[in-house]
Amino acid sequence: MTHTPVHPAPAAQPDQHGHAEEHHHSPFLAHHFESSEQQFDSGKLGMWLFLVTEIMFFSGLFCAYAVYRSSHPEIFIYAHKFLDTNLGAINTVVLLVSSLTMALAVRAAQMSQRKALIINLILTLICAGGFLGIKYVEYSHKWHAGLLWAGQFHPDFSHLEGAHQEHGEPASAESSHGHTESSHDTTDPSAPRNAGIFFSIYFCLTGLHGIHILAGMGAIIWILVRSIRGDFSADYYGPVDFVGLYWHLVDLVWIYLFPLLYLIH
Amino acid sequence: MSVAYDEPEVGELLAPVPSENYLNCSHGFWSWAATVDHKRISIMYLVSVLSAFLLGGILALMIRMELWTPGRTIMDHDTYNHTFTLHGAVMTFLFIIPSIPAALGNFLLPVMIGAKDVAFPRMNLGSYYLWLGGALFLLAAIVLGGLDTGWTFYTPYSTTTNSSVITASMGVFILGFSSIFTGLNFIVTMHTMRPPWMTWFKLPLFLWAIYATSIIQVLATPVLGITLMLLIAERALGIGIFDPKLGGDPVLFQHFFWFYSHPAVYIMILPAMGVISELIAVFSRKPIFGYRFIAYSSLAIALLGFLVWGHHMFTSGQSRISAIVFSALTFTVSIPSAIKVFNWLATMYRGSILLVTPMCYALSFIFLFTIGGLTGLFLGALAVDVHLHDTYFVVAHFHYVMMGGTLVAFLGGLFYWWPKMTGRMYSETWGRIGCLGVFVAFNLTFFPQFIMGSRGMPRRYYNYPPQFQFYHQMSTVGSFLLGLSLCVVAGVLIHSLLRGRKAPANPWGAATLEWQTSSPPPLYNFDTDPVEVDPYDLESQVFDPLLGGYRLREFPARNHPDHDLASEPARV
Ligand code: HEM
Ligand SMILES: [Cu+2]
Repeated sequence: MTHTPVHPAPAAQPDQHGHAEEHHHSPFLAHHFESSEQQFDSGKLGMWLFLVTEIMFFSGLFCAYAVYRSSHPEIFIYAHKFLDTNLGAINTVVLLVSSLTMALAVRAAQMSQRKALIINLILTLICAGGFLGIKYVEYSHKWHAGLLWAGQFHPDFSHLEGAHQEHGEPASAESSHGHTESSHDTTDPSAPRNAGIFFSIYFCLTGLHGIHILAGMGAIIWILVRSIRGDFSADYYGPVDFVGLYWHLVDLVWIYLFPLLYLIH
Repeated sequence: MSVAYDEPEVGELLAPVPSENYLNCSHGFWSWAATVDHKRISIMYLVSVLSAFLLGGILALMIRMELWTPGRTIMDHDTYNHTFTLHGAVMTFLFIIPSIPAALGNFLLPVMIGAKDVAFPRMNLGSYYLWLGGALFLLAAIVLGGLDTGWTFYTPYSTTTNSSVITASMGVFILGFSSIFTGLNFIVTMHTMRPPWMTWFKLPLFLWAIYATSIIQVLATPVLGITLMLLIAERALGIGIFDPKLGGDPVLFQHFFWFYSHPAVYIMILPAMGVISELIAVFSRKPIFGYRFIAYSSLAIALLGFLVWGHHMFTSGQSRISAIVFSALTFTVSIPSAIKVFNWLATMYRGSILLVTPMCYALSFIFLFTIGGLTGLFLGALAVDVHLHDTYFVVAHFHYVMMGGTLVAFLGGLFYWWPKMTGRMYSETWGRIGCLGVFVAFNLTFFPQFIMGSRGMPRRYYNYPPQFQFYHQMSTVGSFLLGLSLCVVAGVLIHSLLRGRKAPANPWGAATLEWQTSSPPPLYNFDTDPVEVDPYDLESQVFDPLLGGYRLREFPARNHPDHDLASEPARV
């Protein structure tokens, strides 16, 4: 946005350059808008449309999920046991809390409460960081256990006790329970063919979601810097609102990912 | 009536004092490279997409050259595969998709609604740079090993070939985002930047078409994005989603790809239809017939276009039921297209038709698009398509709609809005000669391909049995004539830039808003508040010999954007 109020009012006598006498406009009103409301409405509609594209972007992966889940349900029932439901549930709560703090941040901006805005944005960032931390723990566990996408799927069951005990499923649990360091039996007789496709989808979905969390953190940091600078007030809080919308979408995607990947029966 | 148009002599009359406009209001490299003015961005797009068209065109001539004889003529089969792939990818992703919306639409949308700019000017510039970045990736793919998958990137070949699929996919991915952001920007602009009096049904039909296009861009392009990401992941990591060895399904790729790419053909044709709606009305000197039908049929095409992707996959092993459903839906899409054609014809009926250059293109469009659309119905019929699929019949079909349709409409639009964009008129005689050349050479190039295709000549082969040689040579001769005609077209436009007569604000007597400001428009598009117009009330415009162009009937001449010209002697 140009930070100079060069916008001529509709009724003003325009001169050659399209400039007119200055008005008491917000310094954030871009030159091509007639009013702050128009600018806000445009931003909001733009953000909603962007969210639509995000949904379409994810929907390709959800579609792949639906196709393989319906054609190979056994893979999903087998393979989801290697995901840690507790960590997934904790992450769900973490993201829900971050959505709450984000909503509070928007409200603080609307009410010109600069301090509350800053605090809530920082809390949101902390939650986002926590989410990624937990995700890192999950990923590294899978990495060590060889539970990767189909092309690299070489499960090593000596690493998998935690996940197995948790679900206590008899068939696969038995084969791994008695393992000791020395035993490196890496084949699981109960595994269905092509179980790796589950992890392909898992990594694509959660990876793409993780990238969106990172992008969201970047956007929140930008908003945070501007809040500290004191840009936002009841007259101008659009960017906080729009980043908030984005953040809720990222949260919402996870709300779908969690049951689809972790809670399969 | 036609005096205003028959003025081939160019070059003698230049305005004494050039008034300040968007072209001369600032100078220097950065005043362009960092501009947020939609008009300058549209000029940058115009130059860029035309360069892409030149590159794609050279590749096309190389393909046609190779097909002069069976077997090797100028290149081996491997090079041939690279050449046709790059031709398709460059033409589709770099030229046709951005052509009308990004180059013409960007210029016109804000002016047509009397706004100063699009809703997000910086995002607009960002789209342009995304286009540039995507183009660089595609060019890099040419240098780093080429691409031989066909523009469709079908798996499993695209995951096993050793050409640079990843680089090219990245390029197309980035171009996709360029297209998404353009569409998003346009939708928001149309919703929030119109003046209060301009209701949806007072919009020029070009804008309805751009709006429908933008909806497709926003909804369909992300699916292409994720598909290409999966393809990259498949190649780089082996995720197996499209690989049967690992439990995946290559046909799923085709579903994903066509879920985008069928709607994408409407990204290509809808803006062209919008251009034609403007041209037909203005040069028949009649209000457009069936405004609402044309407007709603754009939306209908946009929505129905999402439901027919399976017609590209009749022979891929999809289930019989889905093939039947997709075939039936394909027939329904042709209804809104036909509605448009009939409304254009009805507009022309008893109109006083002016055969100026843009109108010549519009008439060519109607003729060529109708052939292209009707042959689409052949392809949409199940039994017929089994025979015609992957033959030159398909190649001819889509060139009739894409080149005969979109390119011809793009040229028509370019000639129509050229005076507005550059402030210069062009040689009417040579403009028409160029159009005639394009029309004749186009048919010579592509009509023989229908015949070859229906006799079984498969597409994407560099070799063929001798009985097809006659048709191939006809097509090759046609293609070189087509290239020549396009050079004439380019010559006319370049000559106009250098020596063209200064354009009046409204040379055509059109009633839409962009013609109610000076040519070229000032930086913020209008010097005074835009007047209220009815876009198809051509009666509201009268020819004013003092201006050398048209003006509003009840508009005092001294308030006219050209009033500094009015002191000059009449030039018509
Ligand atoms: C009137 C409506 C149309 C119908 C019913 C139609 C139908 C079809 C069908 C059934 C095919 C598949 C043929 C095959 O591969 O066997 C096809 C291919 C194609 N059509 Fe159309 N079409 C229509 C309009 C258009 C338009 C307006 C465009 C673009 C501007 C277009 C571009 C294409 C392209 C590019 C292909 C080939 C894609 C490829 O395999 O490389 N079509 N069309
Ligand atoms: Cu199609």
